[in-house]
Amino acid sequence: MFAYIVRRAAYAIPILIGVNLLTFYLFFVVNSPDDMARLHLGVKRVTPEAIEKWKAERGYNKPLLYNEAVSGSERFTKTIFFEKSVKLFAFDFGYSDDGRDISHDIAQRMVPSLAIAIPSLLVGLLINISFAMLLAFFRGTYVDVSGVILCVALMSVSAMFYIIGGQFLLGKLLRLMPISGYDGGVDAIKFLVLPVIIGVVSGIGSSTRLYRSFFLEEAGKDFIRTARAKGLKESRVLFRHLLANAMIPIVTGVVVILPLLFMGSLLLESFFAVPGLGSYTIDAINRQDFAIVRAMVFLGSVLYIIGLILVDVAYTVVDPRVRLS
Amino acid sequence: MYSSFQERPNHLDPVQSYSSNEVRFTGQIYEPPLQYHYLKRPYALVPLTATAVPQPVYLGADGERLPEDSAPEDVSWSVYDIHIQPGIRYQPHPAFAQDADGRPLYQDLDEHALGDIYALGDFEHTGSRELVAADYVYQIKRLAHPHLHSPIFGLMSDYIAGLGDYADTLKAASAEHTETGGDKGFLDLREYPLAGAEVIDRYTYRIKLRGTYPQLLYWLAMPFFAPVPWEAERFYSQPGMQERNITLDWYPVGTGPYMLTVNNPNRQMVLVRNPNFHGETYPEQGEPGDAAAGLLVDAGKDLPFIDRVIYSLEKEDIPYWSKFLQGYYDTSGITSDSFDQAISVGSSGEVALTDTMLEQGIGLKTAVSTSDFYTGFNMLDPVVGGYTEAARKLRQALSIAVDTEEYISIFLNGRGIPAQNPLPPGIFGFLEGEAGINPYVYEKTATGPQRKSLAIARQLLAEAGYPDGRDINTGKPLVLNFDTTATGPDDKARLNWLHKQFAKLNIQLVIRGSDYNRFQEKMLKGTAQIFQWGWNADYPDPENFLFLLHGEQGKVEHNGENAANYRNTEYDRLFNRMKNMPNGPQRQQVINRMMAILQHDAPWIWGFHPKQFSLVHSWYHNAKPNLMANNALKYQRIDPQQRAALQAQWNRPVRWPLGALLVILLAIIVPAWASYRHRQRQPAHRGSH
Repeated sequence: MFAYIVRRAAYAIPILIGVNLLTFYLFFVVNSPDDMARLHLGVKRVTPEAIEKWKAERGYNKPLLYNEAVSGSERFTKTIFFEKSVKLFAFDFGYSDDGRDISHDIAQRMVPSLAIAIPSLLVGLLINISFAMLLAFFRGTYVDVSGVILCVALMSVSAMFYIIGGQFLLGKLLRLMPISGYDGGVDAIKFLVLPVIIGVVSGIGSSTRLYRSFFLEEAGKDFIRTARAKGLKESRVLFRHLLANAMIPIVTGVVVILPLLFMGSLLLESFFAVPGLGSYTIDAINRQDFAIVRAMVFLGSVLYIIGLILVDVAYTVVDPRVRLS
Repeated sequence: MYSSFQERPNHLDPVQSYSSNEVRFTGQIYEPPLQYHYLKRPYALVPLTATAVPQPVYLGADGERLPEDSAPEDVSWSVYDIHIQPGIRYQPHPAFAQDADGRPLYQDLDEHALGDIYALGDFEHTGSRELVAADYVYQIKRLAHPHLHSPIFGLMSDYIAGLGDYADTLKAASAEHTETGGDKGFLDLREYPLAGAEVIDRYTYRIKLRGTYPQLLYWLAMPFFAPVPWEAERFYSQPGMQERNITLDWYPVGTGPYMLTVNNPNRQMVLVRNPNFHGETYPEQGEPGDAAAGLLVDAGKDLPFIDRVIYSLEKEDIPYWSKFLQGYYDTSGITSDSFDQAISVGSSGEVALTDTMLEQGIGLKTAVSTSDFYTGFNMLDPVVGGYTEAARKLRQALSIAVDTEEYISIFLNGRGIPAQNPLPPGIFGFLEGEAGINPYVYEKTATGPQRKSLAIARQLLAEAGYPDGRDINTGKPLVLNFDTTATGPDDKARLNWLHKQFAKLNIQLVIRGSDYNRFQEKMLKGTAQIFQWGWNADYPDPENFLFLLHGEQGKVEHNGENAANYRNTEYDRLFNRMKNMPNGPQRQQVINRMMAILQHDAPWIWGFHPKQFSLVHSWYHNAKPNLMANNALKYQRIDPQQRAALQAQWNRPVRWPLGALLVILLAIIVPAWASYRHRQRQPAHRGSH
């Protein structure tokens, strides 16, 4: 297995170079270093000299990919792409365009992101699996039909509606919890309840329908029929046989997103003023801070690759028939 | 007090902070020599740390003293001697911390010594010292610092003697400093004299300007001219500080009523009363009506009134508005979404608070912004630009057709007044009533000025060579291009409206949407044809508006602020005269002539001056819109007991729906459970599942 993981990690290097190159290309297709300088320096009384100075200080006065003014390997190394990218592979994210330490910011903002993402994931899993099992158990009955209709209805509502509706209903109308905000330590809990509820409720429709289909697929298999034929109690059939086998696709689906939980939620963090990595990324895009955008895309890619490797490993854990070689 | 910020300020270093979201912090922390009187209108400068508002001494080419009323062209130098009050002390800060022997504690640190320090508050010791004139001079020198980007360096180097060359001196010094591995990156500006800013004695410094520039006094009320102690710059230059985000741009050091104790722009910024504040009292005089409005209740009392101001990150308007209504924020603006909920507009256009707001005791404050929002013509463009009579008539026709009153009514909920020229109300030169009306767009009627009819606009268009919107020579329809960054779904209605305005004259308007940077590029290259732009006053002087159309400020030629690239020799001549004149009838006369030229040439469709509406809770006192002062926080007072009581009253949780939800869940679960039990007890049947 170790050799497999090492091999997969090695495959990741060209992928990451490609992602980095693509991020670089897309960013600079839309923005030139002059644009970035102008945005950072403001709109009033910005002189061309100030723009040149800003670029020179941050190394944006060099050619993007190929430097004709120098010779040898420096033609590639004395470029914005090389100088801004090579350190990423050592996870040295450097400084944002306004001089802040990106690693420090990421470390700080990771906590609020996880504070929403982990409870949302765990509570969501519990509710979605329970609901899906309930529907599977009562398949074909009014409970199942009503449940599926409810799921489709929940899926049809946009995330924005959940957020604004949730803030209005629970925060403003019923005044049960703060509308938005964040605080450190234990005080954060009261601010996290509403985004977690909204995160969970907005995911019920799609996840429950998906998990229900997993359960129904397993329920029709021979080993379930055999278990029932043996006279096992329904609860044992459900939890020992059905759930265990249906959990294989559920677990793999969850494992792949686990590392991405660090990246935070763009919408929830923005509307609830939670200072996580999702809003960090959005802010960086709005401020045209290439250093942060490139770091966050790189980090996201690394985490996604880790997620995929973890899925492969998870397969071997939950399904003994699978072997990594 | 509770307030918010939507995005973190880019700069808190007074040499760089310029945007409104920056000076709202730096204005409370740093103290320039002058400030605006909080209550008086028109805006008046009064001393802050200075003992008096300085008056210039004029010198001739040979250094001889000239009379006060000398013509500007005779004046070679203007000298301002500024005396500051003794005894003013800086806020507690580690840069000033000393050991028992008087040696600095934190001026010789390395990365290792910083250890677990990641914020300014992590330093155990702090100190302070007296403010001296040298600190003001130090800051003026910082305008030319090679590693800083002061937005006013270009402007000030035109006036402050030797500032332009000083930047070159510092650049060379910095390069040498880097090569020799100088004092840990600290470039000590005290070692490099500047002719235009010098210390006279401990409490007096001198600024020497080329020619005359009376507007300098306004700049002396901005953080650009606030003091910065050299110890602070040296402290922040030490190794490891920048890496830990401990910089002057992040942690200001001032003498003002507040100091920034928490700067976590991911979540919260906190201003706390500066224990070393030198003391100041609430003004005892205001303008008529202030006493009746309760604005003089605190006259003579010590400032500031509020101990602690907490700014929380709040990115979206909707949650902010809801929290304001719940009493968790003390003041609020009014977005378009919440306008109807907050304001009722009467049949004759008068605005008032809705009953809901009145029931909560919320108050409304309004003021016309000292801002311009206009539609500009690129005067270099062959169709809409130029100074021929035909081109003028085309622009005048369009100025009539674009119905600004309708725009204000539809898109601003009436929050604006149509502009007649670049000068907004409250700025010297603005003329009230019919005297100020633009005669090319409005005509006098018995009921007051009315926008001219479309028939007149069509006539002007025909005289311009486009009868019925078609080129008289080619017969082709006139197609004009409008460049804008407003390309989102929310902007569609506005663009459609603008399209219709042009269509009134059978002119086709092509909307050319682009992002902000492309738009800036077009403006710099002069390839835009018609565009919209805005300007927010730096200071309350007509020069700060009229320079927007000065030829030397042309965007294409000089990369200046004249986005329309307008150039009129007579206007430029009058501008150069007007900018050095004191306010009075003569200056008004010159301005009137300038206005007449502008209105005739019509380089802008003058657009509107927005009205600011802000809401305050009943526990918030002394709120008076002051569009120039950036240090108004110290005058505000709140009643925390009243706030706490009303918050509790307004925010009692409603819990019965939770009970109802529980009942509904039980109503679902119990039959399901019963059904499950029933199925479990059923005997097995052939064919059953």
